[in-house]
Amino acid sequence: MSLLSSLGSVLSAMLNRPRVEKDTDEELRAHVQNRADDLERSGLTRAEAERRARIEFGGHEKFKEECREAAGAHFLYTLLQDLRFGARMLRKNPGFTAVALLTIAIGIGANAAVFSVVNSVLLKPLSYPKPEELVALHQVAPGAAGLADFENGLLLSPSMYFTYAEQNRTFQSLGVWTKDISNVTGLEEPEQVRAVVVSDGVLQALSVAPQVGRWLMAADQAPRGPQRVMLSYGYWQRRFGGDRGVIGRSITVDSKSAEIVGVMPKGFRFVDTDFDLVEPLQFDRAKLILAGFGFNGIARLKPGVTLAEANADLTRMLPIWMNSWSNGPGTDPHAYEKWKITPLIRPLKQQVIGNVSEVLWVVMGTLGLVMLIACANVTNLMLVRVEARQQELAVRTALGAGWGRIVGGLQVESVMLGLMGGVLGVAVANAGVHLLVAMGPANLPRLSEISLDGRTLEFTVLLSLLSGSLFGLIPALKYAGPKASQALQSAGRSMSVSRERHRARNVLVVVQVAMALVLLVSAGLMIRTFLALRTVDPGFADARHLQLMRIGIPDSLIHETQRVMRTQNDILDKLAAIPGVKFAAFASEMPMEEFDSDWDTVFIEGKNYHKGEMPPLHFYKHVSPGFLAAAGTRIISGRDFTWDDVYGLRPVVMISENLAREAWGTAENAIGKRLTEDPGLPWRDVIGVVQDVPERAVQEKPPAIIYWPPMVENLFGRGPAQPTRVVTFVARSERAGTESLLREMRQAVWSVNSNLPLASVRTMEEVYDKSMARTSFTLVMLGIAGAMALVLGLIGIYGVISYTVSQRQREIGIRLALGAQQGNVLQMVLGQGAKMALVGVVIGMGAAFALTRLMSSLLFGVTAHDPMTFAGVAALLILVALAACYLPARRAMRVDPMVALRYE
Amino acid sequence: MPSQAQILPGTLDLLILKAVSLGPLHGYGVLLRIEQISQGALLIEQGALYPALFRLVRQGLLKASWGTSDNNRRAKFYELTSAGRKRLRQEADGWNRLAAAIASALNTQPEEI
Repeated sequence: MSLLSSLGSVLSAMLNRPRVEKDTDEELRAHVQNRADDLERSGLTRAEAERRARIEFGGHEKFKEECREAAGAHFLYTLLQDLRFGARMLRKNPGFTAVALLTIAIGIGANAAVFSVVNSVLLKPLSYPKPEELVALHQVAPGAAGLADFENGLLLSPSMYFTYAEQNRTFQSLGVWTKDISNVTGLEEPEQVRAVVVSDGVLQALSVAPQVGRWLMAADQAPRGPQRVMLSYGYWQRRFGGDRGVIGRSITVDSKSAEIVGVMPKGFRFVDTDFDLVEPLQFDRAKLILAGFGFNGIARLKPGVTLAEANADLTRMLPIWMNSWSNGPGTDPHAYEKWKITPLIRPLKQQVIGNVSEVLWVVMGTLGLVMLIACANVTNLMLVRVEARQQELAVRTALGAGWGRIVGGLQVESVMLGLMGGVLGVAVANAGVHLLVAMGPANLPRLSEISLDGRTLEFTVLLSLLSGSLFGLIPALKYAGPKASQALQSAGRSMSVSRERHRARNVLVVVQVAMALVLLVSAGLMIRTFLALRTVDPGFADARHLQLMRIGIPDSLIHETQRVMRTQNDILDKLAAIPGVKFAAFASEMPMEEFDSDWDTVFIEGKNYHKGEMPPLHFYKHVSPGFLAAAGTRIISGRDFTWDDVYGLRPVVMISENLAREAWGTAENAIGKRLTEDPGLPWRDVIGVVQDVPERAVQEKPPAIIYWPPMVENLFGRGPAQPTRVVTFVARSERAGTESLLREMRQAVWSVNSNLPLASVRTMEEVYDKSMARTSFTLVMLGIAGAMALVLGLIGIYGVISYTVSQRQREIGIRLALGAQQGNVLQMVLGQGAKMALVGVVIGMGAAFALTRLMSSLLFGVTAHDPMTFAGVAALLILVALAACYLPARRAMRVDPMVALRYE
Repeated sequence: MPSQAQILPGTLDLLILKAVSLGPLHGYGVLLRIEQISQGALLIEQGALYPALFRLVRQGLLKASWGTSDNNRRAKFYELTSAGRKRLRQEADGWNRLAAAIASALNTQPEEI
């Protein structure tokens, strides 16, 4: 029979179900009547004949069901019947249903919410055409001392870009880009905007067509050529109201007129950055040297090219690059061979996601565990309920219901519960996603793409079905078995309970305790990490009262170095004059601000370097006099810069303590010693030694830092002193973060020069918190998961123990009647709980020991096997277990033997 | 009463088809007819007859219609369809071949080898 006609007969059987049902019934009855007629004729009374006919016929209901099955409507019919029955059972037990649904809804909701984040951030492809071809040109230089701990590896230099772009064989297009801040003036208030600066090849690689106009192209990157710029969709809407006539108009960017040539479409993000303007990089080829490793490389692979082939291609071009360019007369271009530059091209997506994937997987894993614990709890509830229904099941079995039918029925009930929980879970997930997005690390990539989409819903349905069948299966297997008929015999009598009857529930509680322990240990480790991070001296004091704002003075606005310096100095004076401001100063960047930092080589006087050897790289930072005092960074030895040092262009530097110790043994010894950026350049006097500052993040080892004055003559051989044009101003005040202070600071800046926009206005505390966002996010998530696990575990233990006590009331009554003391009973019940908790704790310790290693990259200042955390959590869980047992134990203790025994 | 044999699995359908091929019957009639044509040698569990009848209807080998029985009871009568007739022929041939082969095998005497 074909599938279609079989489906047809199933359907017709379904549609005609009531009639078919009645017909079958009538037909079977007619049979019995006919038989009875015959028997009557052979001389029996009518009643006797009918009785005999019915016996001969066998189980009426059983055959009726077999007929249904034979007619093809069996499966759907059964399902329908089970559904109706299940719904009735759930309605009849509103307490059970509510508790179970709530547990499932929270479990599924939490999982669905995190899944939607994992899906949007990690699983969904990037929104560029053929995203699998896009790569980030990541490379490392293990031989370059000091560079090894840089997370970004070795960025590309402009000369490298030209070599790669012109000589490669494996890329469709290739380019370099960087982020920048630009000042736009002439439109209402001066505004500081986010810019990405791109070379030719970058937009081609991303391949997203402009909404209006055209891309920036090779012609636009000619040095001294006309300035051109593209807008983001958001900026276009905000500033030009989406006017298509904007193409060809000019705006003033960094005091230079630039023609708008195109607008990128809505939703276009530049790799992991939101931006307002796209500006062209304008390298002057004639002036390029080998160095200047400051640009991100991005490329689109030719179809079918693998990462390994592309890496080999870059490796091939490195010698070409060294042969084609130089760092100036007297330098050895092949010195870079010692750096062991190695291309490690990454899929662009990996670059976008960064190190957040570990966090998300850990969070997903923990919430998966919470889901399992929730399932264990619901299973326990189901077990209790099925046990109460044993009579009913036994009667059904006796009436001919098959094992499969009863298991099926229980499964339908629990899956129904799971699905209903799933529906509620979606609501929970929706709220959860909002919470996650609001709370997630501010640098969580692709934040704007996070939403509950089809895939998340699929996941939720699957999870509901899976958990539904999971918590229905164990009770079904346990009570629908052949032993069910025993229940009939013991009907209505509560016997002293056999050990075996409780095993399933005890095992579930043990498993719950074990899983809760794993979660709590993870949460405990994160708490220890967080505390450890908080105890690290961040190199600044009282971050809450440190107001920051970033101001850039473009070359086109003020050209002369001394005038830039004067302007910055004037701003400082105005800021310091604001009531309540104790200190005002500036630096090229604050710790943890995550602007691209400067770093270069440093030669120590008196140390021997081989010819062509490159000494380690160190952080460079420019700070104004008084900056260290304003930030609260301690000077270990020597003194701070003075304004005389700055304006007198004296060759002075301050260095970090670790560098001082490395080069001269102690901080005191370093004072008066000398160093330089290049042996051909003048020596600089070390006048101060500053405490070590974890510049990038508190969990990283503080790097060696060179502090320069804001203006330095001949820095890197660049001749006359250059100003530090973009700096972060800091003002220490009790009023930091208040709108009134910000207004006064803005006024102060504009009273010096009204064309200067302010950006990145925030307190140091915000910067500090943001740098710890990854840790605090993980901490909060694990904390929530741990708390959920603890509460669910508590409920689980309480439920099992109190149920056991109610079942054992008779036994306890007998014990008390035979002379057991109340204390003995208390001990017995507590002992039972403690035993389960202990077994669970031991198993959980083993599991946690194996699992916490997975999160070791998230930890700081504590090992993944921290004995304190393990012991503390174990003790906590046992205490909680005992507390959960205490109420039922007291109830057991108060059992009145007379009452308990009279029940029988 | 002759000694009764449980029918072989799979043969119930064949017996029903045969019984019905001799004229339309209701369920109880099928039972009686099989007893009659097997001279009471085959024992059929009464209730088990109906799932088999339903199955044959679903396979299109029988068709059923409601009518009135001899003793004036409303009853569902079964009759063969053409597909049923064809199937009966095939099954009967197959069965006869099998029975003959087994009978001949069982009747083999030592001297015939």
